[in-house]
Amino acid sequence: MEKVLVNNNFKSEEYFINMGPQHPATHGVLRLLLTIDGEIIKKVEPDLGYIHRSIEKMSERDSYQQIVHLTDRMDYLSSHINNEAVCLTVENALQLEIPDRIKVIRTIIGELTRIASHTLWWGVMGMDVGALTTYFYGFRDREMINDIFEETCGARLTMNYNIPGGLMFDIHPNFVKRTKEFITHFRTKLPEYDRLLTGNVIFQKRMKGVGMLSKEDAISFGASGPVGRGSGYSCDVRKHHPYSALDKVTFKEILKTEGDSFARYQVRIEEMWESMSIIEQLIDNIPEGDHQVTTNAVIKLPKGEFYQKVETARGELGVYVISTGTKNPYRIKFRSPGFSNLSLLNHIAVGGKIGDLVASMATLDLVIPDIDR
Amino acid sequence: MTNEALQNLISSWIPELEFSEEASQFINITVQPEQLYQLMLKLKTNNDTYFDYLFCLSGVDWEPELGVVYHLESTKHRHIVVVKVKTSDRENPTLDSVCDIWKTAEFHEREVFDFFGIKFNNHPNLKRLFLTDEWEGFPLRKDYVDEINMVIK
Repeated sequence: MEKVLVNNNFKSEEYFINMGPQHPATHGVLRLLLTIDGEIIKKVEPDLGYIHRSIEKMSERDSYQQIVHLTDRMDYLSSHINNEAVCLTVENALQLEIPDRIKVIRTIIGELTRIASHTLWWGVMGMDVGALTTYFYGFRDREMINDIFEETCGARLTMNYNIPGGLMFDIHPNFVKRTKEFITHFRTKLPEYDRLLTGNVIFQKRMKGVGMLSKEDAISFGASGPVGRGSGYSCDVRKHHPYSALDKVTFKEILKTEGDSFARYQVRIEEMWESMSIIEQLIDNIPEGDHQVTTNAVIKLPKGEFYQKVETARGELGVYVISTGTKNPYRIKFRSPGFSNLSLLNHIAVGGKIGDLVASMATLDLVIPDIDR
Repeated sequence: MTNEALQNLISSWIPELEFSEEASQFINITVQPEQLYQLMLKLKTNNDTYFDYLFCLSGVDWEPELGVVYHLESTKHRHIVVVKVKTSDRENPTLDSVCDIWKTAEFHEREVFDFFGIKFNNHPNLKRLFLTDEWEGFPLRKDYVDEINMVIK
């Protein structure tokens, strides 16, 4: 190869640019302060709080039924699972016996939520790295799940379907039929996702070896969900601390050891197959019975501390309640998966380029209201 | 390891620790601020405990004390322990940072500083995380007053 003459007299200089809060790749109002040298990232500092609503403080004056409604404003793509987390905390504290029907319906809807969240993530992630078609594929399939939810819960985003002691309403008579139709449909469509994007050479070059996260760092940074599992860290709450009907089903925890953006991508794609399998195991055997257990109109938790973990589409959501025996929690803390996953962004982005930062951020699957609770 | 065996092992390191298991599904340890870092380092590095996953770090205003609750899990042994630390100084509460033991603590401690005003020694970047730098007071404290924006029932 012919030697290229390069002018080496230019000085390298670090400078500072601002990314967000309205940058399309930050998916909401996340602002990143980037220190860069040329196009190489030296430091990423997130600036948070643009939509902080202080849900934890609001919850201190609310009853437990009201708190449920605040939680689907956190990670709005996993709203059903967030609701479930608070309900499980309250039910465990009251030692309520929950009938199998409620547990099974909760698990089915939870897994549908996970698929809906992952299809949306897949759509916007593809768009972030320059593949516009994925957006339409993702939203097309998510739409079918939203229609099922609309029929049963009356809402498409902020579900509010769980209440302490059960479900707000019974499932719609069409629920089983339409869920099965969706699974049949999605089993033929999910391979299209792979054909369209996964094997694409340009896409693979943007993803492989980008945003490397080792297993030790994943644990130390408190990563959870597909971010942790992409680094070979077994962190599925559904496996280690099963709740609702998840102890009755068999499914595989998807683990990849590469730790790059492509591994996190593959974990989510394969998780959708597992979620479909969980739904199929349960959908024909929903037990008969009531959809609610009677609770007091005013719920008072006993004095003490209660913690419940659930696996949302983004990872581990924890609800920590300190109760003094009154109708409001003394202190409630939501350990959100996005907050911990964001904290490792600086670690995986330093040394890469701005384009790689966008790819890494896309596979962290951040939802900003989940971070700004 | 069972909760009982854990308790025996941990209390053999630092005898002054207080244990309680009532009204919580986990084993609870209360530690004095001076011994916090020493205990945490031991919990992480000892092979029998090996608490390598700090899954939740919450600030709490116990009135009059302020404090922090650490939820720790071991990914090897899958046992869970809760460590609590309290300080009665409301003017200038200071605790040791654990962010060189678990990197996730860096963000979580900034959140606690933001909302409770607890300062952490040896924290590399201790400043407000969600609120603006000129914000007055610490909103998640029980004595925080904001007559305009807070609706009290």
